[in-house]
Amino acid sequence: MAVLPMKKITIAGMKKDRKTVLEALQRMEAVEIIDADEEETKDTAFSKADTSEQRTQFERMASRIDDALEILNQYAPDANSGLKAKLAGKEALSASDFGTVVRSREQTLNYANEIVQRQKEITEAKAEGPRIETQIESLMPWMKMDLPLDFKGTAKTAALIGTVPEAVTEDSVAEAIYQYAPDITGVNVDVISSDDEQSCLMVVCLKKDAPQVDEALRRMEFARPPVSSRIPSEEIAALRQQMQDNNKKIEELQSSIASFAEHREDLKRLYDYFVMRADKYQVIDELAQSNRTFILTGYVPAEQADEVVSALTSRCELAVDLADPDPDEDVPVKLHNPKLAEPVEGVVENYSMPGKNDVDPTTPVACFYYFLFGMMLSDACYGAIICIITGILLKKHKNMDGGLQRSLKMFFLCGLGTILSGILFGSYFGDLIPTIGSLMGKDIKIWNWIDPLHQPMTMMTFSFTVGIIHIFTALGILMYSLIKHGHVLDAIYDGVFWYMLVGGLIVFGLSYESFCGMLGFDAAVVSSSAGSVGGWIALIGAIGILLFGGRDSRNWGKRLAKGAYALYGITGYLSDILSYSRLMALGLATSVISSVFNTLGAMSGNVILFIIIALIGHVLNILINMLGAYVHSNRLTFVEFFGKFYEGGGRKFKPFGMNTKYIKVTK
Amino acid sequence: MSLATALALIGAISAALFAGIGSSIGVGNAGQAAAGVVTEDPSLFSKVLVLQLLPGTQGIYGLLISFITLSQIGIMGGSNPTDIGTGLQYLVACMAIAIVGLVSAIQQGRAAVSSIALVAKRPDQFGKAMIFPAMVETYAILALLVSILAINGIA
Repeated sequence: MAVLPMKKITIAGMKKDRKTVLEALQRMEAVEIIDADEEETKDTAFSKADTSEQRTQFERMASRIDDALEILNQYAPDANSGLKAKLAGKEALSASDFGTVVRSREQTLNYANEIVQRQKEITEAKAEGPRIETQIESLMPWMKMDLPLDFKGTAKTAALIGTVPEAVTEDSVAEAIYQYAPDITGVNVDVISSDDEQSCLMVVCLKKDAPQVDEALRRMEFARPPVSSRIPSEEIAALRQQMQDNNKKIEELQSSIASFAEHREDLKRLYDYFVMRADKYQVIDELAQSNRTFILTGYVPAEQADEVVSALTSRCELAVDLADPDPDEDVPVKLHNPKLAEPVEGVVENYSMPGKNDVDPTTPVACFYYFLFGMMLSDACYGAIICIITGILLKKHKNMDGGLQRSLKMFFLCGLGTILSGILFGSYFGDLIPTIGSLMGKDIKIWNWIDPLHQPMTMMTFSFTVGIIHIFTALGILMYSLIKHGHVLDAIYDGVFWYMLVGGLIVFGLSYESFCGMLGFDAAVVSSSAGSVGGWIALIGAIGILLFGGRDSRNWGKRLAKGAYALYGITGYLSDILSYSRLMALGLATSVISSVFNTLGAMSGNVILFIIIALIGHVLNILINMLGAYVHSNRLTFVEFFGKFYEGGGRKFKPFGMNTKYIKVTK
Repeated sequence: MSLATALALIGAISAALFAGIGSSIGVGNAGQAAAGVVTEDPSLFSKVLVLQLLPGTQGIYGLLISFITLSQIGIMGGSNPTDIGTGLQYLVACMAIAIVGLVSAIQQGRAAVSSIALVAKRPDQFGKAMIFPAMVETYAILALLVSILAINGIA
């Protein structure tokens, strides 16, 4: 359980070796590089380079490939994606294979460009579809017309083609025209189609009458038809053909994109190549450089320092200096924990990384975490199922994504905790075994230490006991870290007094029969003399807190008031301990719900139905209660446990490395 | 059915009914928010799904109390309560999870909606986002506990 000590590393070298050094560092992933201070390099031979242009270029190419991959996934879904990809982990590439990727980058980048280009064409073609559709729509009412819509008339006559926004008949239109222009020679009105919303007309008249007829029609809100130089039915057929061609083109483009699927892996590798290049330029930006030399500073975990130094100096001529960082420096934090505790680092990181001088709480958290989770799920068979599934996944996919591996390991260990508490409380798929037994007419009893459903008070007392141990451990860690930093008196004021007060009160309470009765005991647990000793100890603790709780105030009046307020914190301890009742409640929830399904299954009176109901029910129950157990183990850790001693606020160690998505380059 | 059993039955049904209503409102609201996030970033699906499920537990607690009660009052086992007093006791015992379940699930749903928004902006802060709705759930758990203890005490 520790925060790894860090060394500050300074490397000075010739500029010609810069590439070698950076590449070596990137592969080792052991050094976090510090951005060189602009102020410090002022007025020296050193300055910082600006490589943002190159970097943007690489980033642009990376994002082009990313776009291409996303498009490719639309038309040829990646079989190896999502959880499956995470399980499989990153592809390991040797340096020489990686070299091949780099050499063929022009070609691969072309594939990406092609894919993006074709997608663009698809988008355009898709926009074309609705446009043709509207055209067809607007021509439909003209279907019966056997002249093109831009027909202007013959040598002597004029044809006026268009629509009016109402239902009309040939006579009604002719009448309206005569009414407005009584002295015209005559008109011939053809109604091509007519409905409530619009009517399509062709009005033929002598050329000389045309302006008058036109004006008459305009009064009826006569509007010109869609532009088209062909007979409507032909035009529609042509448009339909165009539509078909367009759809075919889209399909062809789509399948041509899908045919790039064989280059998917190349694209992924190249993506990572560009990301790595961009990262490298980012780092070059952070170096202090003169004409011929560069200086790189960074943090390296002390245990890896020698390895890094020897790896670098074996490659080229360098001056390397290792030093302890200044106490006020913002040193990043890397955790190191025993194998069994390591999976819980994720939970701690979720809350906050420990500060560089803090105690790493991971191991104590782990000591309780698996057990708390177990108590809340509390079914031996559920635990076994979790262990088997996570165990198989861990065994089968050795190369899997680091974060996922850590979570699976954590759930494996939580599964073990669940088996343990399942055995303690006698739950195997809830009451499945006794239920089956009673169906077969046998009365099967399963051993348990506490039967939570029938001894609820005992179970609750046990939950509180776990809580008290959990909280007292947290208090112990607080004292440990205070003593470690030389604040022995603070450890007494903030730790020992609280132990005395809370512990004393508990002993005091346990000497009373009524209190013990509430907790499910038959008689007082401790003798009354022990109880009075406990009472006195609690009193001393309370006085201590009252006097020293506000010790940072000089004014005694203020100090006592603050002390009294600190003493009021006892209510916090009470609610913290009561909060552990969730251990029992969630444990009961699991077992009662599983017995609901067992009972429902048994009521069906049919073996197959029984199996189906039980199967569905238990799967549901595992999932929902695992979620509950996980969330509330975190809550107990974050609120009740960390609340006593932990602040966090550290910065996670982020070494310069291969920040890749798909591949990792082996050394 | 005697009045006593009817009273107890009202209690049993209320537990599942009100806690279920609360959970469906909470999960529904959170689901709307979650669906919105997934339109923007489908890779967040599993994270927002977990957050959506958090207000769903009250309904399960209600079901649980309902089931324990039903199995004690002669509907699914046990024997009918003989006097009205006992029936009322069951009714009152169920009220803890019924009422607290209803209110806390709705409130937890609101907290879940905000947490989903948090995860949408900062997916790395999932662990913290999960804790806020879980805080609300504490009170549903306490009510569940009281209901269980009370019903066990009556029997």
